[in-house]
Amino acid sequence: MAEIKNVFDISGRAMAAQLVRLNTIASNLANAGTLASSEKEAYRSLKPVFETKYADEMNRNGMSTAQAVDIVESNRMPEKLYLPDHPSSDENGFVYSAAVNIEEEYVEMMEASRQYQNNVEVITTLRTLMMRTISMGK
Amino acid sequence: MKSIGDHLNFHASALQLRSRRNDILASNIANAATPNFKARDLNYDQQIRKIDGSGPLTATDNKHFKVAVENPHQTLFYRQPLNPSLDGNTVELSVEQLEFSENSIRYQTSLEFLNNRIAGLMSAIRGE
Repeated sequence: MAEIKNVFDISGRAMAAQLVRLNTIASNLANAGTLASSEKEAYRSLKPVFETKYADEMNRNGMSTAQAVDIVESNRMPEKLYLPDHPSSDENGFVYSAAVNIEEEYVEMMEASRQYQNNVEVITTLRTLMMRTISMGK
Repeated sequence: MKSIGDHLNFHASALQLRSRRNDILASNIANAATPNFKARDLNYDQQIRKIDGSGPLTATDNKHFKVAVENPHQTLFYRQPLNPSLDGNTVELSVEQLEFSENSIRYQTSLEFLNNRIAGLMSAIRGE
């Protein structure tokens, strides 16, 4: 990845990471309640893995940003439901419900959107300060 | 004789430091969700004293150097979290937001001081 040079790199990339997080939450919520005929096929919620990316001159300027380096499936097990009338039930009459906890996803969505907003706020503030600095002495 | 540079120097340095601290606080806010990230901060007071050329040693004569103790490891320090979190992240958004807003206000203050000094110089140059 390119070098982290200024606040636009810091907050911009952190926003991209939060967006990945929001995307996984959207996928999880979209698949909540879906039924599959085997445990393997059942949907498991996706979680992004965040990592800190430090600037090359971290020791001098202290800059770092966040990056979503990977997306992993959670280890929560799909729920086994006895629904013999369901078209996708297996030979014993069981279906497997997606391993998504809606409440958990909602909380995560709130947190991700708050942190996204925080980064927007940082950029807006620093942009105003930069504009004022440019017009210094006028 | 004091040069124009000397006239503006202190507030210009303050502005640079404030800008650097803003970048560090922005990094903390950017990493609010990263596990094991340790929030950092800049010791502004110590840094500005170093630029100002004054330190903890008292100079009793004009020819004495006012030594500022330089310790590169103390430039950036780790923040002590008030409520430690399970994932090892020490960013507390309320603290960071507070520091960030305070720092941007202080940045604007330094900018205002600079503007005033420039305005003073300009009126002296014009002789109005």
